[in-house]
Amino acid sequence: MRKYFDSIRRIAGNVVTVNASDVGYDELAVIDSAHGDSFAQVIRLEGQQVSLQVFAGSQGVSNNDRVRFLHRPMQAPFSEDLLGRVLDGSGRPRDGRGEVTGEMIDLGSPPVNPVKRHMPDKMVHTGIPMIDVFNSLVESQKIPIFSVAGEPYNELLARIGLQANADIIILGGMGLRHDDYLKFRQTFEDGGVLGRAILFIHTAADPVVECLLVPDLCLAVGEQFALQGKRVLVLLSDMTAFSDSLKEISIVMEQIPSNRGYPGDLYTQLAKRYEKAVDFEGAGSMTVLACVTMPGDDVTHPVPDNTGYITEGQFYLRNGRIEPFGSLSRLKQQVNGKTRGDHRAIMDACIQLYALCRESREKRDMGFEMSAWDRKLLKYGNLFEQRIMDLSVNIPLFDALDRCWSILAECFEPAETGIRRSIVEEHWPASGNGAETEPAQEEEPAVAGS
Amino acid sequence: MNARIVAVYGNLVVAETDGRVVQNSVAHCVHSNGTRLLSEVIRVRGQLADLQVFEETRGLKIGDPVELQDEMLSVVLAPGLLGQIYDGLQNPLPEVAKEAGFFLKPGLYIHGVSTTQSWEFAPKAAVGDTVEAGDTLGTVPEGIFTHRIMVPFGWQGAFKVEKIAGTGSYKVADEIAVLVDSDGNRRTATMQQNWPVKRPLDVSRRRLLPDEPMVTRVRIIDSMFPIVRGGTYCIPGPFGAGKTVLQQITARNADVDIVIIAACGERAGEIVETLRDFPELTDPRTGRSLMERTIIIANTSAMPVAAREASVYTAATLGEYYRQMGLNVLMLADSTSRWAQAMRELSGRLEEIPGEEAFPAYLESRIAAFYERAGILELRDGTKGSLTIGGTVSPAGGNFEEPVTQGTLKVVGAFHGLSRARSDARRYPAIDPLDSWSKYRGIIEPADMAKMRKVLVHGNEVQQMMTVVGEEGTSIEDFTAALKADFFDNCYLQQNAFDDVDGASPAERQQFAFAKVAEVAGLDFDFQDKAEARRKMVEVTDLFRNWNYAPTDSDEYRRLLSEIDKFIATKGRDS
Ligand SMILES: Nc1ncnc2c1ncn2[C@@H]1O[C@H](COP(=O)(O)OP(=O)(O)OP(=O)(O)O)[C@@H](O)[C@H]1O
Ligand SMILES: [Mg+2]
Repeated sequence: MRKYFDSIRRIAGNVVTVNASDVGYDELAVIDSAHGDSFAQVIRLEGQQVSLQVFAGSQGVSNNDRVRFLHRPMQAPFSEDLLGRVLDGSGRPRDGRGEVTGEMIDLGSPPVNPVKRHMPDKMVHTGIPMIDVFNSLVESQKIPIFSVAGEPYNELLARIGLQANADIIILGGMGLRHDDYLKFRQTFEDGGVLGRAILFIHTAADPVVECLLVPDLCLAVGEQFALQGKRVLVLLSDMTAFSDSLKEISIVMEQIPSNRGYPGDLYTQLAKRYEKAVDFEGAGSMTVLACVTMPGDDVTHPVPDNTGYITEGQFYLRNGRIEPFGSLSRLKQQVNGKTRGDHRAIMDACIQLYALCRESREKRDMGFEMSAWDRKLLKYGNLFEQRIMDLSVNIPLFDALDRCWSILAECFEPAETGIRRSIVEEHWPASGNGAETEPAQEEEPAVAGS
Repeated sequence: MNARIVAVYGNLVVAETDGRVVQNSVAHCVHSNGTRLLSEVIRVRGQLADLQVFEETRGLKIGDPVELQDEMLSVVLAPGLLGQIYDGLQNPLPEVAKEAGFFLKPGLYIHGVSTTQSWEFAPKAAVGDTVEAGDTLGTVPEGIFTHRIMVPFGWQGAFKVEKIAGTGSYKVADEIAVLVDSDGNRRTATMQQNWPVKRPLDVSRRRLLPDEPMVTRVRIIDSMFPIVRGGTYCIPGPFGAGKTVLQQITARNADVDIVIIAACGERAGEIVETLRDFPELTDPRTGRSLMERTIIIANTSAMPVAAREASVYTAATLGEYYRQMGLNVLMLADSTSRWAQAMRELSGRLEEIPGEEAFPAYLESRIAAFYERAGILELRDGTKGSLTIGGTVSPAGGNFEEPVTQGTLKVVGAFHGLSRARSDARRYPAIDPLDSWSKYRGIIEPADMAKMRKVLVHGNEVQQMMTVVGEEGTSIEDFTAALKADFFDNCYLQQNAFDDVDGASPAERQQFAFAKVAEVAGLDFDFQDKAEARRKMVEVTDLFRNWNYAPTDSDEYRRLLSEIDKFIATKGRDS
């Protein structure tokens, strides 16, 4: 027999408080209201009073409605039937097809025992030199794209999703614009991967609480596939929208904010999700790639800041390029020692020189005279941006390394690169100039005369 | 069952009791599925006990029973701790994996040391001896160490040894001695004892002033911002600046007996790295596997927050225990900010009045008390033992003007501040040579280091000036000074952590290389023009860089050294 509780005491924000008994913390409830059923989750127990976070929002909930408790936490259906499907933030179909059936799995499983994790050691090739050469992506890595509104971060996410060659791709959309959702769908369809993709979509028009559930749904389902030995890639966009939903709820719950209105446990909340990225010893893996838009292009904003402290690096997407500064793959050293002997040396040298080039540019912009060395650096910087950094470049790793050598040889004497002699001897292109097949299109006037 | 749950807020549970409640004692919340969740009493209000639960509280209900106990949250101290991988509450994770598989299991608690393993005991005390807490009853070999079995630290007063086990094989729970106090009460000692983690463990004659350098083989640390045995230091830095890498290399190379790594609220992956690497790596001092001298406490960011708070204390207690054996111990905590955040979360749930950035008002005193657990002791038998503590700090937005960094800087002996500018430029280790400091004395004569510091400071001033007046407005002398500073930075302060040779520079090699670098920096060059100055300094930088990569005393090493000497002798003019 179903037991209902009908004394709703308070409705505020998305939180409803009801008097009830025999209720477990974190369990799921259903509110029966005029608009139909809506799911809610227990977020506080205080004597008789049970506080519920209502997934669809408390709009339209009345103090006469009835609440029923399900005595289980939030769950997701898990089966092969999920492939190719589009669901919402409560796990309901949004593609007009029927309910997904399958084994029900709890969201928010306990953490993986560190001793059962496999050390990440498989490089994911993306064809993007700024990733493959300078910040290699590794299977089971968790890494965000830091960006601002207007940058093509969703396109980049989708492109990596296609090129990464995963068994299963799970897209979690949070606060996604409907157009962006359609674009993702289109890209997956055109790329022929829709049949092994699962989309959990919350759009900007959907209830805020459902946004909070999207990562948990993606990660719970992904984890199950990984346990079955699959290589899963989870794409999350945008984690800033997720964090803002957290902020909204915590303010309603009258928690003391720690930093710009965000709750003190923002780090823990984000970490719980990102840390689901895993390479299981003896089973599959789950790689997590997320978008984080930085309000005001400020990396010290609590969302990118806390994210950076959790993830295994970050890619900065700015002006349509992945920036070499600030971008970092912390797992790169697990794989880039095994690709080619010159990989690490090229990686370090190219970035150090590009940093110097930036200094020279600053000097130039302030009107200072350019030394011969400055001119070399300026030339290098331009070539590097055109032939390596540009996002349209799509070449395999070894070609990218060769291309870097030829740029260096076009601009510098070997000792100026700071690369160890033994490596220079092996890889320095035979003729200093013109080794690059693709000609430099245009150079700045300051360089032309050098 | 002497209390019942009346409220649940996240990991804070309020229980009502009609019995007695001891502040900071342990309790278990009993879930309706039978799981017993470890908790700690953190506030008592009348008949209400506020408990922080060390597990997820999912499924707990109003009215669920709570078992209050009298003991404080404790760890077991016994042979068999070395080489272990624990969670923050001293559950051995490999054992947990055997029982529970891929995932951690709430409510599954396993004894911290093996109760079935046998240890070769050799008595040191004799029947009739008078002993006190901390005195050695006997020893067992634990790997390469002599593990002292001591009179339990909490036993007060003097005891007569009535019975002592003979040489032989014993398990940790076996009786090894019977002691009688002045009132004639008998107590049985085994090889294991418990100690409450939040109480400092210090049974000694006195604390000594720390002054022996603790060599880490990181040049910028040992030479410029040294650490000493029994000292404290912190590494604040923005994300990705290299805090963890620095701690990992320190854990490998530090000149100490035992290293305790407390991964506090950070990434599980980083622990896995240590877990897989250390057994394969050899301890440079003993030639044995590094794991034999290491204990890992892994309470990663996805694990329950309250246990994160406990984990640094667990680590400190294990460190203090080995210090009592006359050993030098290093404890590394990554990151103390996560520990502070755990305090903040709890304080928020308790609705305490928040201080700056919502941290509790007692944050600073907790930080101070934690670092106070470091120190070098003269033990009761006259031997010395030390515990050094190094903690990373992860300031919000990378800004050091925040409560945790500031609270830490007030109490530590050395500050290794990582700079975003240096890590972005891949100048590793990214310790800022101008901002960092150490109150300790290292392996380089302070006067010699002062000279090089001047070179750095002067070079930096010139750099700043050059951004205003340009190279053309800078004299050749000043320009050379800037190049010299850069040379010192490139060839000495920077170090490639991922290179076998350069990654770990022993003290003698550092001293030797430092002298060479100082010689070059001290040369009175007479360059024709800036182009020559730059060319020559590039040349000598290249020599030193390659020299840094050459194994000590290899042919390559000697060849490069003679080129360097030639450069110095001719002021670079021969080529
Ligand atoms: N000494 C070093 N040599 C070479 N690379 C380094 C060094 N230190 C750090 N790095 C690079 O920087 C990355 C980040 O370093 P690390 O993980 O230590 O940062 P962190 O300060 O601990 O960051 P977080 O606060 O987010 O944990 C490493 O993965 C590595 O690529
Ligand atoms: Mg770190």
